[in-house]
Amino acid sequence: MRFKKNIATSDTGFIFNPGSGDSFSSNNIGSEILSFFKEDKSQQEIIELICAKYDVEKNLLEKDLDDFFSQLRDYNLLEE
Amino acid sequence: MEKLRYERPIIKKLNVGFVNKFGTQAKNEVVTNIEGVGVKELIKEYGSPLFVISEKQIRRNYQHASRVFKTRYPKVQFAWSYKTNYLNAVCNVFHQEGSWAEVVSGFEYEKALANGVPGSKIIFNGPDKTDDQLINASRNNSLIHIDHFDELYTLIKLSEEFHLKPRVAIRVNMDTGIYPKWDRFGFNYENGQVWTAASRILNSENLNLVGLHCHIGTFMMESSAYAIAASKMCQLSWDISEKFGIHIQYLDLGGGFPSTNTLKGSYLPGTDTVPTIDQFADAITDVILGFGFRQEELPLLILETGRALIDDAGFLLGTVLANKRLSDGRSSTIMDFGVNSLFTSFWYDHKVTPAQEGGQYTEETVLFGPLCMNIDVIRENVLLPLLKKGDQLVVHKVGAYNMTQWMQFITLRPNIVLLDQSSHPHLIRKAETLDYLESVEIVPNHLSKNQ
Repeated sequence: MRFKKNIATSDTGFIFNPGSGDSFSSNNIGSEILSFFKEDKSQQEIIELICAKYDVEKNLLEKDLDDFFSQLRDYNLLEE
Repeated sequence: MEKLRYERPIIKKLNVGFVNKFGTQAKNEVVTNIEGVGVKELIKEYGSPLFVISEKQIRRNYQHASRVFKTRYPKVQFAWSYKTNYLNAVCNVFHQEGSWAEVVSGFEYEKALANGVPGSKIIFNGPDKTDDQLINASRNNSLIHIDHFDELYTLIKLSEEFHLKPRVAIRVNMDTGIYPKWDRFGFNYENGQVWTAASRILNSENLNLVGLHCHIGTFMMESSAYAIAASKMCQLSWDISEKFGIHIQYLDLGGGFPSTNTLKGSYLPGTDTVPTIDQFADAITDVILGFGFRQEELPLLILETGRALIDDAGFLLGTVLANKRLSDGRSSTIMDFGVNSLFTSFWYDHKVTPAQEGGQYTEETVLFGPLCMNIDVIRENVLLPLLKKGDQLVVHKVGAYNMTQWMQFITLRPNIVLLDQSSHPHLIRKAETLDYLESVEIVPNHLSKNQ
């Protein structure tokens, strides 16, 4: 599971898919996760980085991350 | 280093289309307290979910409505509609403000008496009054509003048998130009049925016709319908006086004024579309005052306003149980209260606000209740901040009908707290328990666990 290479992201959470022309926005944590994802960090590494910075339990983050990835998949932003 | 506040990650597709000409909400409203009492403190003390009623708001509503009518018409009397909310504490706030009681069943009648309302200030409506209840109401000098001929003939018979002199009014149904037309209660105006009823009452030796009553519908969005109703009631009163030489003492225009809740399917919120009490008062009083009654013969105007006086004084506090993604990608949140407690979610798109500060991001969410039933939907679509398990929400304008029409189904009914005029909380109805529920059950011996 990888983020599609041609997807453009900005630090402010704006996401553009030139393939489909679709635009998206994400919140701060979402765009941080996307940037880690683009750096090819594993899900485990992302969890550790977010848990170190934000006040969140690992279990909750894991659940939310699964949901976030399922949204990325639904929006056709992932390469399987 | 202190960690930053967490908010679950989301991504939203941006849709380009027509701009909503009414604009969108810039910031999600957060309601952390009710009349100065913290939502979280209330839940901590009384549990979740929790109904909260503001006494201050009830009194504000009553005093406003009373002022609006009394500054336009000299003789006005409100009668609290028990079915709207018959918690004794709530009823007694209205009675302290000067309301009579308007009841539609035997047990509501008993409640009103027990609340100290004199029998002569109880209006007994509805199609279901037993012989015993009719005898009791007659003896208490209550105002009996006759709904159908069977009731009328029963009352005539009882009055002869028990030497009663009941004070009665005729419930009238009529065409006021609104749909649906409520013609299942009372006697019809247009086809002359009401004249047959009036003649029968006035030809009886015992029944004392003192008033006329109508109730043209519920959640009425057209004040002009009340002007038509008032006009027909005045005409009927006038004609009865002319024909039978009696004075009709009061016209009861019933209830039906809406609250500012938003009906399902409405394009604009209720706060923008619902007529004000002033508009209803203008519509009714202009007609009565202009009809031609002599000043000393002006009828007393009775109003059975319920919903408009209580809805915005009620709140339901609840807690997020879980977040869940639906198969089509929509976000959903499961709350700890469902349609069993919040019956009015079948009718309204209730205003729902978070009880804690959240981030600036919002998400369209389906709000579900905790019941194992597909119909348990509080809101089909509501824009909320990113909630997490344990967060709390406030549902607004729930004071009318929920605490009477709620269902004991799957979960038990929660505590109800009244915040008095100093915002001091009082528990006015305890949460139900299994013991309470089973106290009315009887298990036959052969099915007993000890068998």
